[in-house]
Amino acid sequence: MENKVQEDYKVKDELHWFDNKRNIRRIIYTIYAICAVLFLAEFFYHKHAFFSFDTWFSFYAIYGFIMSVGLVIGAKVIRIFLMRREHYYDSSS
Amino acid sequence: MTAAAEILLPLNPGIWLIVGALIAVLLPQTLSRWFAVILPVFLIAFLFSLNFDNYGAISFLNYNLETFRLDSLSRIFGLIFLIASALGNLYALGDDVNKLQCSAALAYAGGTIAAVFAGDMITLFIFFEIATIASVFLIWARRTERAFTAGMRYLIFQIGAGVILLAGLLVHVSATGSIDFDKIGLDASGGILILTAFGIKSAFPLVHNWLQDAYPEATISGTVILSGFTTKLAIYALARSYAGTEILIWIGAVMAVFPIFYAIIENDLRRVLTYSLNVQLGFMVVGIGIGTEIALNGAVSHAVVHILYKALLLMSMGAVLLRTGTCNASELGGLVKTMPWTAAFCIVGAISASAFPLFSGFISKSMIITAAGEQGYWIIWLILLFASAGVLYHSGIRIPYFAFFSEDKGHDAKEAPRPMLLAMCIAAFLCVIIGVFPALLYTMLPFPVDYDPYTVYHVINQLQLLMFAALAFTVLKLINIYPSDIQGTNLDTDWFYRKGLMALIIFSNRHINTGCRVVCDSAVGIISKIINSLKLLGNNDGILSRTPALGSSIAWISSLLLLVLLLRFA
Repeated sequence: MENKVQEDYKVKDELHWFDNKRNIRRIIYTIYAICAVLFLAEFFYHKHAFFSFDTWFSFYAIYGFIMSVGLVIGAKVIRIFLMRREHYYDSSS
Repeated sequence: MTAAAEILLPLNPGIWLIVGALIAVLLPQTLSRWFAVILPVFLIAFLFSLNFDNYGAISFLNYNLETFRLDSLSRIFGLIFLIASALGNLYALGDDVNKLQCSAALAYAGGTIAAVFAGDMITLFIFFEIATIASVFLIWARRTERAFTAGMRYLIFQIGAGVILLAGLLVHVSATGSIDFDKIGLDASGGILILTAFGIKSAFPLVHNWLQDAYPEATISGTVILSGFTTKLAIYALARSYAGTEILIWIGAVMAVFPIFYAIIENDLRRVLTYSLNVQLGFMVVGIGIGTEIALNGAVSHAVVHILYKALLLMSMGAVLLRTGTCNASELGGLVKTMPWTAAFCIVGAISASAFPLFSGFISKSMIITAAGEQGYWIIWLILLFASAGVLYHSGIRIPYFAFFSEDKGHDAKEAPRPMLLAMCIAAFLCVIIGVFPALLYTMLPFPVDYDPYTVYHVINQLQLLMFAALAFTVLKLINIYPSDIQGTNLDTDWFYRKGLMALIIFSNRHINTGCRVVCDSAVGIISKIINSLKLLGNNDGILSRTPALGSSIAWISSLLLLVLLLRFA
């Protein structure tokens, strides 16, 4: 990918690999595919559990997804309370 | 003579660096910059030539100072600090630093390393403070008003922590009579004070904000250098003296969670990385709190790999700042076209930070999480998993995405200067090599390692966690829920002293003024009343200014005399 990037750089105004919507879609589909494979991988290995709940089916995948969504929504809510203008502190001094 | 040779020859490498800092000022500019790169490399070789022992014992005020204690714990920290110093100074070659900054960087690294090798608390304290003083110059070297005030706030926190450390040290020494720097624990006299001091320096929750406040205000190379030392020295000190202190587990867990939210909404990408730094310190503090062999190994190895990948990420963001003049996510994007190498190295740092298999974060962080699981701390275990997914968000995706891949903002940027690229390349190489061959790091840890990160279940579970977190990001981005990057300042605990305290001062100032005025006014009123009544007594009609006749005066005096005589002889 790096070589590709460099080739593109030679002609500056040329459309970059990442500018192409189709390539972005490809990346997104790759993520979907990897996730599907990892989800199904649950059937094929022996789990090493510390507790009881981490033996649940695809615990790590589901926990990772749910907590990430929660994290982003939580951050959006926190931002309402915490965000001030860019030079909030500068004006006072 | 022999005594002098015994003291001087196997000298603490940190002291050599401080001597080097003095030499760097005298050298010509270019030479001074290269000297700052070569000296730490030379000292790495020096360090490996020595056996574990206590060197450099000197007597001072009836105390035996151990100025150079080389054991497995101090060696691994000393080594990574030397590597970080060499890489940071190499990176600084591309930042056109002046030799004063070179010298400050050397003295800072020197103070930190000398403190790591200190076998007693007096030596530790002295070099900790030398490092603090030297470090602030890396912030002030930015030469902006913001940097100056941020540097002052940084100094207040650091010196404050130093004073608390000194107080704790005095209490401890006077109670125990020993200055040895070993296990202290909370129950020892002065234990809470010393823990507080180390806690401030390792950015415990509520006393963390000096880190996010000051580091991003430093110079481009200054931030890279700062990120490695102070906090990790505090982690070393905690590992040495407070291993197995249970409260640290909970403090660390809080540390590993709340900065994640800030890291997601913060706009300045270098500040995002300082919040992320805080999260990783939380992991280490949890490891120290658990205190088992695997947990401590995990904390130490995580400190090592974290220094490398955090420096790498800050280097890439520094290069972006150098070339575009900004580090704000809202003003960046599309730089992969013009800075492809920086982007590539940044991605290596991002993947290492996110702890993908074959990269350095994977082999260290998982030891701490495993230790939490083994000891049955299920809440902590869940929190650390959550924090791992969170790291993927802010360090793994957000940093490279918003700088290099999001919508092109039309910066006419050039690729980073060669020394910067070289420094990033070496850091990236180390991240990968440690990830692929963890034994390189494991053999140097304080305890023998009985842990294999590359088991089938561990690799799959980690990938599941991370890829589904990435999936969540993708989905949220596609349906436009992910918070957009807008310029702004996020309130943190610094609000309490930057706004709250200021308001308190203004408020009390106003009320003290009013109070003073009331007191003064009434005092003036009373005094003028007294004067007025005295005037009344003394003016033309006043009793004191009348001129009585001579005869009546004689009558008064004679009757007084009569009275006295009567009283005397009655």
